[in-house]
Amino acid sequence: MEKKGRRSARAPLIWVALALAIGVPIALAAGSEQLAWRGPVYILAGFAGIIALGLVLVQPLLIGGYLPGLSAYRGRRAHQWIGGALALAMVIHVAGLWITSPPDMIDALTYTSPTPFSPFGVTAMWAIFIVALLAPLRRRLGLRLRTWRIVHIPLAIVIVAGSVAHCLLIEGTMETISKAALCAAVLAATVKVMADLWRRRTLRGETAARQ
Amino acid sequence: MASVVLSRRNLLVAGGSILAAGTSGLLLPARADGLAPTETMSGGANNYRKGAAIVERIGKGGFWMSGTVRRAGDGAPLAGQRIQIWAHTTEGQEHEPQSHGATLTDKDGKFRLDMPQIIPIFGQPHGHLAYDSGEFKTVFLRPVMRSAKETSLEAHFVLQAA
Repeated sequence: MEKKGRRSARAPLIWVALALAIGVPIALAAGSEQLAWRGPVYILAGFAGIIALGLVLVQPLLIGGYLPGLSAYRGRRAHQWIGGALALAMVIHVAGLWITSPPDMIDALTYTSPTPFSPFGVTAMWAIFIVALLAPLRRRLGLRLRTWRIVHIPLAIVIVAGSVAHCLLIEGTMETISKAALCAAVLAATVKVMADLWRRRTLRGETAARQ
Repeated sequence: MASVVLSRRNLLVAGGSILAAGTSGLLLPARADGLAPTETMSGGANNYRKGAAIVERIGKGGFWMSGTVRRAGDGAPLAGQRIQIWAHTTEGQEHEPQSHGATLTDKDGKFRLDMPQIIPIFGQPHGHLAYDSGEFKTVFLRPVMRSAKETSLEAHFVLQAA
């Protein structure tokens, strides 16, 4: 009885924590004084990037089944849709920055930018595009889940590491502490899902060996 | 619009690489003599506009951009050199004409221009400076502020004969 009560309190808490981890950095960025000196396209591009970082947090939580109330099937479906949304957010981010300052965006895309965070972001963007293009084709290409994971997991690690390094090095509208907290949550969720996948694989291996 | 910017950028990049290739053989003896010339920084020429006017200050001012201009080799100060300055400030974006201005060095090779507060753009609070008068080789600089709260920034030029 007590256990059940704890569990029912835990479910909304997880959702509230997720909403805060993503919502607080967005809200603080929306209050940044920097916005006063930016045009609407630049602002849109910046927020597309911030929202994308939030989506990068949701992705491992969905596929790991850590969000209460979602079946494995619905979690996977949501993961796929949010992957598409992530690719769309990247297009808005890059297009908006290109319109704001074409030479700076060209430098970033050609890996010749003086800013240390650009190569991380551009690399993560390509990894997002590759996953987003391949994922809908998985069945048509006849890729088994295990093969797909060999492709997706390294790219997911590139996306997470690249996004976190990219945003931590940027001096922009995001408030420092909420940005660091969101990045820490992204890293923690990714490490957790990778560790769980690894453990499940090892367990399966042991069961198979015993039989 | 994009193609114009692209071609100008390509020209600058091509010009820069020819410059780098052409001078690489000459750099070593120049270094042996003393002060090495300043090289153009990557991204330095972004949003450059040719021929910005010499001004008392850019916009309403409040931020100091300063530096020195010297000659490669012996390090002699160069007086009367025109330095062009632009940045994303509280009064305009980098590419907008009102964000650009130029100033001249004094007899000690020093320059100082009052301009609006620089704010972070593309993730870094930075300014742009150019020497582009032709007597010496063109140099574009892109210094970065240690913090967005700073109210001044320095950049130093060591120029070599064109």
